Amino acid sequence: MSQAELTAVPVSRAPRRALWSLGILRSELATTFRRWRTLSLLGVLAAVPVLIGIAVRIETGDGARGGPGGGGGPAFLSQVTNNGLFLVFAALSATLPVFLPMAVGVIAGDSVAGEASGGTLRYLLVAPAGRTRLLLAKYASVLVFCLVATLVVAASALAAGALLFPVGDVTTISGTRIGFGEGLVRAGLIAVAVAVSLTGFAALGLFVSTLTDSGIAAMAATVGVLITVQILDAMPQLDAVHPYLFPHYWMSFTDLLRDPVYGDEVARNLGLQALYAAVFGSAAWARFTTKDITV
Amino acid sequence: MTDTAAAAAAPDTGPDTGPEPGTVIRTRGLTKRYRGGQLAVDGLDLAVPAGSVFGFLGPNGSGKTTTIRMLLGLIDPTSGTAHVLGRPMPAAARTVLPQVGALIEGPALYGFLTGRDNLVRFDSADPTADPRTRRARVEDALDRVGLAAAAGRKAKAYSLGMKQRLGLAAALLQPRSLLVLDEPTNGLDPQGMREIRTLVRELAGEGTTVFLSSHLLDEIEQVCTHAAVMARGRLLVQGPVAALSAGARGRLTVTTPDPADAARVLAEHGATVLVTDGDRVSTDAPQAGVELGDVNAALVRAGVRVRAFGVERASLEDAFVALTGEGFDVAG
Repeated sequence: MSQAELTAVPVSRAPRRALWSLGILRSELATTFRRWRTLSLLGVLAAVPVLIGIAVRIETGDGARGGPGGGGGPAFLSQVTNNGLFLVFAALSATLPVFLPMAVGVIAGDSVAGEASGGTLRYLLVAPAGRTRLLLAKYASVLVFCLVATLVVAASALAAGALLFPVGDVTTISGTRIGFGEGLVRAGLIAVAVAVSLTGFAALGLFVSTLTDSGIAAMAATVGVLITVQILDAMPQLDAVHPYLFPHYWMSFTDLLRDPVYGDEVARNLGLQALYAAVFGSAAWARFTTKDITV
Repeated sequence: MTDTAAAAAAPDTGPDTGPEPGTVIRTRGLTKRYRGGQLAVDGLDLAVPAGSVFGFLGPNGSGKTTTIRMLLGLIDPTSGTAHVLGRPMPAAARTVLPQVGALIEGPALYGFLTGRDNLVRFDSADPTADPRTRRARVEDALDRVGLAAAAGRKAKAYSLGMKQRLGLAAALLQPRSLLVLDEPTNGLDPQGMREIRTLVRELAGEGTTVFLSSHLLDEIEQVCTHAAVMARGRLLVQGPVAALSAGARGRLTVTTPDPADAARVLAEHGATVLVTDGDRVSTDAPQAGVELGDVNAALVRAGVRVRAFGVERASLEDAFVALTGEGFDVAG
């Protein structure tokens, strides 16, 4: 019987559908990036590097010189005064633990639950968007947000750094010097590495989002998970589980600033993010495709 | 039947031989029990004929919306089957739903998008919708519900009635074989209600089957050709509206200053349940075959002074009350 049904589906539709299935992704992206919430999150992220830059500038402008290698603050902060490009690395180090994942948690947590609480989910599904297709479009647009958010931080830091400080050759962590152009390439690579670091958490947020019909609850729960895991990752007693916590290798991006590049931890981070994306992506799919839509 | 035999038979008999031809919605034993154990829909056997305007009636909480959600693949039935446009739901959602326009439990919109962009968003979600004709189809749909002038405004600034119209427009983005409208006149002023009714008649005239849920009995009576009544999760009755209201007999009412005499004469003519209320005597309308003129002549011959004499046709409401025995209250 099922074979009969398959043969009866109008054949002319099949190629068109493949061509147009990107329509929902475009629509998803447009909807995400036209929200005030998304824009204000990006605005806050853009402001962070500028604030860091101004703070460093004021500190050093007093002639009091923050003291080279002064322990506090994000990594690379001490080098910012010598080379504005380091503001990119400092800003990414400062935003990766909290600001960036929080923004991703808001967008990912709201992705399905927000549509559910607004009631628009039922209309998307009877359109029919298709549950798997809609979920894929949602995840893809959250991933695009990860990349855009990271690039916003990097671009704002680069602009602020170039305006406030001198730029030039870059001294790597290994002590060697690379040209400014090469430094820019490394900065771009690091931004991508940071964006990829967020993909596992984004999948987790998407899963949480399929569990509830309240956008606010999903956002709060996702950000709550983030904070909890960050705390667990900081407790030395839990050493054994640390390698399995999604933020554990986040700071591995600094290895891209070594000469030669040290890739072990970066690769481990990629593997861990892929694992989280697979596990929570599947869980989100299993939940969303069988869920009764009652709102 | 082997697979090859089924495949050979398919081109002639259509993809599914389950439901009889000419039926747009067919459910068999459709049941939904929610996780809490609450039985929302209980063994529903619904048949909606093609081309009908089908009224789906029932008090709040009777299982109408759960049924509609099962028909549209939003909720999985606990047991039983549902066929929409001849195909099983929710399995065939991808091929069925593009031909179905729906308004479910009121409109839901993106407040930060304009009315027009809301429609673009819903249309983009349908993989069978042609993006090249999207703009034109959106404008047509806006026109059809009378929202063309307000299309550029943010949806959060819309009144409830405008939101309802925009929801209807989303259901009309493509030519549909079936429209499922859940309480389509909610929140509309009388003028708006009339417009929606006209629109429904127009669509039905174009051959679209309209499945309309409502708690407004006179609305169903005005626009629907067929109706079904649900209460406490069960289907009480379904059929053509005329047949439904005919099921409940009308009342014969005589207004007279001599009610006692009138009651006696009526009883002699086989009237059964007599109610005397001041100068009004009413009874179940006599069986078909009894000439009402004869009854009136008998009254006059007996010296009853008749001020008014008439049969009130049974309304759907009478039928409904007769069926549910409880009137139109929320089920417990």
